[in-house]
Amino acid sequence: MNNFYTDNDPLKSHLSHPLMSRIVELKERNYSNHDIFEEAPTDFEDAIDNYDQILEIVGEIAAEVLAVNAEEVDKTGPTIIDNEIHYAAGTQKAHEAFRDASLYGMSLPRQYGGLNFPYTPYVMAAEIVSRGDASFANIWGLQDCAETILEFATEELKNEFLPKINQGYTCSMDLTEPDAGSDLQSVNLKATFDEAANCWRLNGVKRFITNGDADIKLVLARSEEGTTDARGLSYFVYDRKHKAITIRRIENKLGIKGSPTAELVFNNAPAQMVGNRRLGLIKYVMSLMNGARLGVAAQAVGISEAAVREAELYAGQRKQFAKTINHFPQVYEMLAMMRAKTEASRALLYETTRFVDIYKSLLYISQERDLSSEEKVEMKKFQRDADVFTPLLKLFATEYCNQNAYDAMQIHGGSGYMKDYPVERLYRDARITNIYEGTSQLQVVAAIRGIGSGLFLDKIKEYEAQPIAPELETLKQKLIGMTSLFEEVIKTVSVFGTSSEEYDFHARRMVEMAGYIIMGYLLMVDATRVPHFQKSSALFIAHGETECNKIVSFIHQFKSEDLLNYRVV
Amino acid sequence: MSLKIAVLIKQVPDTRNVGKDAMKEDGTINRAALPAIFNPEDLNALEMALHIKDIIPDSQVIVLTMGPARATEILKEALYRGADRGILISDKYFAGSDTLATSYALSLAVKKLGKIDLVFAGRQAIDGDTAQVGPQIAEKLNMPQITYAEKVVEISIQHIVIQRRIERGTETVKVSLPCLITVHSSAPLCRFKNAKRVLKFKKITTAEEHTSNNNSSIEVWNAAFLEANMDYLGLSGSPTKVKKIENVVFSKKENVSIAPTQPEVDLLFKELIDSHIL
Repeated sequence: MNNFYTDNDPLKSHLSHPLMSRIVELKERNYSNHDIFEEAPTDFEDAIDNYDQILEIVGEIAAEVLAVNAEEVDKTGPTIIDNEIHYAAGTQKAHEAFRDASLYGMSLPRQYGGLNFPYTPYVMAAEIVSRGDASFANIWGLQDCAETILEFATEELKNEFLPKINQGYTCSMDLTEPDAGSDLQSVNLKATFDEAANCWRLNGVKRFITNGDADIKLVLARSEEGTTDARGLSYFVYDRKHKAITIRRIENKLGIKGSPTAELVFNNAPAQMVGNRRLGLIKYVMSLMNGARLGVAAQAVGISEAAVREAELYAGQRKQFAKTINHFPQVYEMLAMMRAKTEASRALLYETTRFVDIYKSLLYISQERDLSSEEKVEMKKFQRDADVFTPLLKLFATEYCNQNAYDAMQIHGGSGYMKDYPVERLYRDARITNIYEGTSQLQVVAAIRGIGSGLFLDKIKEYEAQPIAPELETLKQKLIGMTSLFEEVIKTVSVFGTSSEEYDFHARRMVEMAGYIIMGYLLMVDATRVPHFQKSSALFIAHGETECNKIVSFIHQFKSEDLLNYRVV
Repeated sequence: MSLKIAVLIKQVPDTRNVGKDAMKEDGTINRAALPAIFNPEDLNALEMALHIKDIIPDSQVIVLTMGPARATEILKEALYRGADRGILISDKYFAGSDTLATSYALSLAVKKLGKIDLVFAGRQAIDGDTAQVGPQIAEKLNMPQITYAEKVVEISIQHIVIQRRIERGTETVKVSLPCLITVHSSAPLCRFKNAKRVLKFKKITTAEEHTSNNNSSIEVWNAAFLEANMDYLGLSGSPTKVKKIENVVFSKKENVSIAPTQPEVDLLFKELIDSHIL
């Protein structure tokens, strides 16, 4: 039996990160839940053992069902029959396997049928699922839509919808419209209150909706007639049982073909409002998107892992000039860098989930009792960290995923371009990750706040103060050098003013420098705990240093008038 | 309407992935070098039992295994996958049992369960490959048996219709209950462990109590509890004597090259058929 969890010790090592004890203690309310729920863990070791055993089930299904059927799913995809979307046979099989194994609603509280997993092990599951079949992550992974219901809906709505998630009811987030993509303020789907039926009615069109025929839909719609901006939008939940949506078509996509992306027409669809009027985009969708961005980052790391393994396997078997090609320097350099980028993005992924874990748990605790002043400080700090790390993570994990899939295909040569090897599918699946849930360009716009506020620099100084193994000291000196370059670059660019066109022009470069340094530190700190990461730390930090020097060189020779050559006239 | 179903399972060394140290010098299996696993066809058998429970939901699936304390691992695994109750048949007097002594002990255990409707077992275990234990138990319990089962075609409380795998196809048979069924690897794979059941049963311990419906612990049944005749147990109850074990190493004797043309390929196939390879 293959298993995508037990065969991946570097992934597994994130379960033993030192912050996990705080994360689990908060999530399990100091292990006080055992009295109410027999299956709740009694202590830290018990909880970690639970995550470990359950991730093993995820790993088995990912290897034995998802990976095995991925090619067929990619080929057939979903179909519309009588206004219903039918998944490909392999997708349906995987959905049932995860449902029957109680692996939907993993992070929901036990009272709603969930497993009460913290984000970190839940996102580990998402990474494992994506490695098996990235398209399925878009069906299984949408269970985290439930998070916004849990956070913002009334008790009545929670009781209506949340227990269904564990039973395998799937979700979708219906945001995008033909004229509202990156710019969600322009959403036009109309919501009107129906006094007679005591519910809202939705009318209009949604486009590019992942898992379009989901059982539970979270919909962004305009509830305030006459408004044109974000303040007129509210957030709704719709139940598929009403059958008030027409599925116009399923998009024919480049990749993630197992995931149905649909265009929908809402025909007076009855819906209930989640939270307060006018806060739809400003508050709820922002929260939803942050969760979704973590999900896409996990998807990207999963694809990276699959790509590296395919490349390693092929390069170890393919002989040219009387030796296997993994002995040629140009090939082994690619393989080693793929591994390093995968482990760097994974380090950033779980650092971010740890931040989210702590602040979200404290947030829910604050609804149960007053937080102490230390806890308030802790919550604020981790929330701030999570807010800027999420876009940084999404940017790097998805760009690296594309680079890794590209290099994996390159290593396969002509064979990789054919449908005969999985790498061709990985290459296509990777391409969406840096587009949806906010393009890389939008992640820069969100992450640049971490430069302006000095938060990235503060985090870097925090990492710098952490103890490391003595043999890593040389690497640390490199990171310290990169940090001074980073500070210098911020100063140089800030001269133009933080709201200048020049600042926006260099935004990505500044954010990337922060990324190289932060991921370098994370790998180095992990390498102190787990020697396996030493190789990736050395490779990644050398790579990051080179990239930082390129950026410095570009910014030093940059003058404002250069923009004229770039600008569209 | 419900059925009481027993599933006989065995923990075996994983002989599918053998390394150099898999055999000891005397030709016996080096159990220490191989991971202990749930015998693969016993998983097919468990799935068939659970499938019947899906159709007739009030049914009870009881898993039994004979082995040392460590064998509770597969009983727990069976509980994770959906079984209702686990029984470990364990005693020093069972040590050294061949298929006759094993089937004697297991048949006594099944009898202890009282009225039973179905007994499932894997066709054979990957450590001995005898496929004898299931049929011998059926004899001792005086039950009809269906071997090589791969599909439940129909089930009611009176009878079962089973599709069984035979050499060149399948055969469908109907039999009245109670009966014993051995399951072939071509039957559906076992369902995955259920996360909630893992959390529920992971701390389950073994207990010497003998209650009729116990899912808070795994019961341990010994020879005395089974009221066994000691002469039929373990080594003294095992007439099988291993005379000699030989290591067979396949080696290439000759090379034949054929051209990629139709007549040559036809000749190759003819030869393969003549030598009973195809």
